[in-house]
Amino acid sequence: MSKPTSAAAAQEELVFTRPASLVDRATHYCPGCHHGIAHRLVAELLDEMQLAENTIAVASIGCSVFLYNYIDADGVESPHGRAPAVATGVKRARPDKFVFTYQGDGDLASIGMAEIMHAANRGERISVVFVNNTVYGMTGGQMAPTTLIGQKTTTCPGGRCKDREGSPIRMAEIIAQLGGTAFCARASLDSVKNIRQAKKFMRQAFEVQTKGLGFGFVELLSGCPTNWRMSPVAANKRITDEMIPYFPLGVYRDVVADGTCGSLVSGGE
Amino acid sequence: MAGKKERLFVKGNEAIAMGALAAGCRCFFGYPITPQNDIPEFMSKHLVDAGGEFVQAESEVAAANMLLGAGACGIRAMTSSSSPGMSLKQEAISYMAGSEIPAVIVNMNRGGPGLGDIGPSQGDYFQSTRGGGHGDYRLLVLAPSSAQEAYDMTYDAFDLAFASKNPVLILGDAIIGQMKEPIVPREPKAVDPEEGGDWRLIGAKGREHRIIKSLFLMDGELAGQNMKLQAKYDAWKKLADFEAFEVKDAELVVVAYGSIGRIAKNAVRALRAKGKKVGLFRPKTLYPFPEKALEKLAKEGKRFLTIEHNLGQMVEDVRLSVRRHADSDLFCVYPGNMPSPDDFEAPILRALGRK
Amino acid sequence: MSRITVSEERCKGCLLCTQVCPVEIIRQSERINQHGYKVAEVPAESLDKCTGCASCATICPDVAIEVWRSKKPKKAA
Repeated sequence: MSKPTSAAAAQEELVFTRPASLVDRATHYCPGCHHGIAHRLVAELLDEMQLAENTIAVASIGCSVFLYNYIDADGVESPHGRAPAVATGVKRARPDKFVFTYQGDGDLASIGMAEIMHAANRGERISVVFVNNTVYGMTGGQMAPTTLIGQKTTTCPGGRCKDREGSPIRMAEIIAQLGGTAFCARASLDSVKNIRQAKKFMRQAFEVQTKGLGFGFVELLSGCPTNWRMSPVAANKRITDEMIPYFPLGVYRDVVADGTCGSLVSGGE
Repeated sequence: MAGKKERLFVKGNEAIAMGALAAGCRCFFGYPITPQNDIPEFMSKHLVDAGGEFVQAESEVAAANMLLGAGACGIRAMTSSSSPGMSLKQEAISYMAGSEIPAVIVNMNRGGPGLGDIGPSQGDYFQSTRGGGHGDYRLLVLAPSSAQEAYDMTYDAFDLAFASKNPVLILGDAIIGQMKEPIVPREPKAVDPEEGGDWRLIGAKGREHRIIKSLFLMDGELAGQNMKLQAKYDAWKKLADFEAFEVKDAELVVVAYGSIGRIAKNAVRALRAKGKKVGLFRPKTLYPFPEKALEKLAKEGKRFLTIEHNLGQMVEDVRLSVRRHADSDLFCVYPGNMPSPDDFEAPILRALGRK
Repeated sequence: MSRITVSEERCKGCLLCTQVCPVEIIRQSERINQHGYKVAEVPAESLDKCTGCASCATICPDVAIEVWRSKKPKKAA
């Protein structure tokens, strides 16, 4: 590509570049994996909200175990499923820090189900980024709690069957009903429009922490081309055509919007 | 009266909680399980009154992981449980050891395996001293035999944890936890707010971000980390501690720890009054095990009888310590049974009589 | 005039960008980078059609795309 002349350069401005909090290195994620997008949104918000220097990130177990290599903030690794508990410990120890977890569907909705529900119920002032791609990615594509009925994975090779395996779990709906949840929404990363909406929801999930209102949660419908055995473009289409109908996008709890933030906080705050 | 210190009449559990509070413990994460509930109950009131954080977690698993998070930030934090709950904590403990996170963990050992009973036992000795979770790691294990020791050991545990960036385990049992005794509390510690220095997670302002993890995938990295941990554990050897009672001219030395050590001491006292040359060696640190001191006694030609409230766990460490010169007999008190000093007289005399 | 640059090193050839460009000027090139991916490109002759909307950069999981947008011409003083 030819570079513009300096005269032409004066006519243009850089409108999209790597956010400062996203470490400048290639990622290990597969081509088309939405972790890259989700990480970038997190980094953009940490920069825009000026949180990065006060952030403690809690990574979880899954493909995103290396989150701490990509987000330029202090970070701690947590055992599989336990990130909300580790984040609880971090936030109780250092309440003035911005604390978030970043978890996949196996980590959050299977082994970590107790921890996420109780952290939400207690209203821990933390923010959770939940990347839902309906499989266990890192370990090679096994069935996850959010795997769709009929979806084939390595541990339900005939397709998920409701009688045997139960139905996929809708986490945003569950988390929204717990007492300490201040913001809960589901977004998707399959299209430019949805990515922009996802960033808005993520910002709100971060803001309920910075405003001390309670627990913030954003579920991001994401693709896993490798384990879905699809191209990245086809994987995005699967999200649009199959996942969004089952996992509807939108806000499920927003104490700011419905004016209940006063009654949410507990015990004399 | 001048110089008389204030004494409090408390359960061992309460003494542990008080020791933690005095040591500057700021966060406590726990879960109900008999026989240690006095600890979270005490903390839920007094730690909170002192401006600290108390969380009754959804499980012992969650509590141990909360401890991991608080420790990663360089804050003095503690959890407590009893045997079945300790089994749940093992993964988090392995992570804390692998990630080099300081923490204090309390196990009030009850009968096992499985649900067992709610009485005392020493069935968690292996779990406590051999790591307990996966991988090659160790905990600094302190074994009190009284409420005062429980207070003192907990009071010191946080300094030890931060000095070595490792979890420290206080191993008591149902007797020590539930029995009420007088204790003399100590002055509250002034904890340096910058304690932990440059490994803590406090927000990466003006510096490279820090990562606390135990995953080391690159060639040679994990080996290096394990070497570092082993060097740390080797350096603990100088912390080995014990009580030696009437061992100087003893022909037979009873080796026992914790509440059994205390009961055995009474048996030894009674037998000494009858002219029997017996003594007691009571390890106060179970890891590092006071092997050098025991070996010294073995070299002097003494014989050994290990008495413990399990099916034979510490006896392996005793045998290892004295192996070049002696062996150790074993008398087990079965978990589920409660020993008295009288119960020990016959086995001690039997061991004494054997040449 | 708006334009994008695609980092040949970071591009993983996922082609999501090619799906979202409103003026359809991004395509898969024949160039394979060091990691074995066929990288995306905007052919030189199409670059002037770029609107600077940044849709491609928004959907790129690897932050391989930078976007320059033409500034609005200043009014004469």
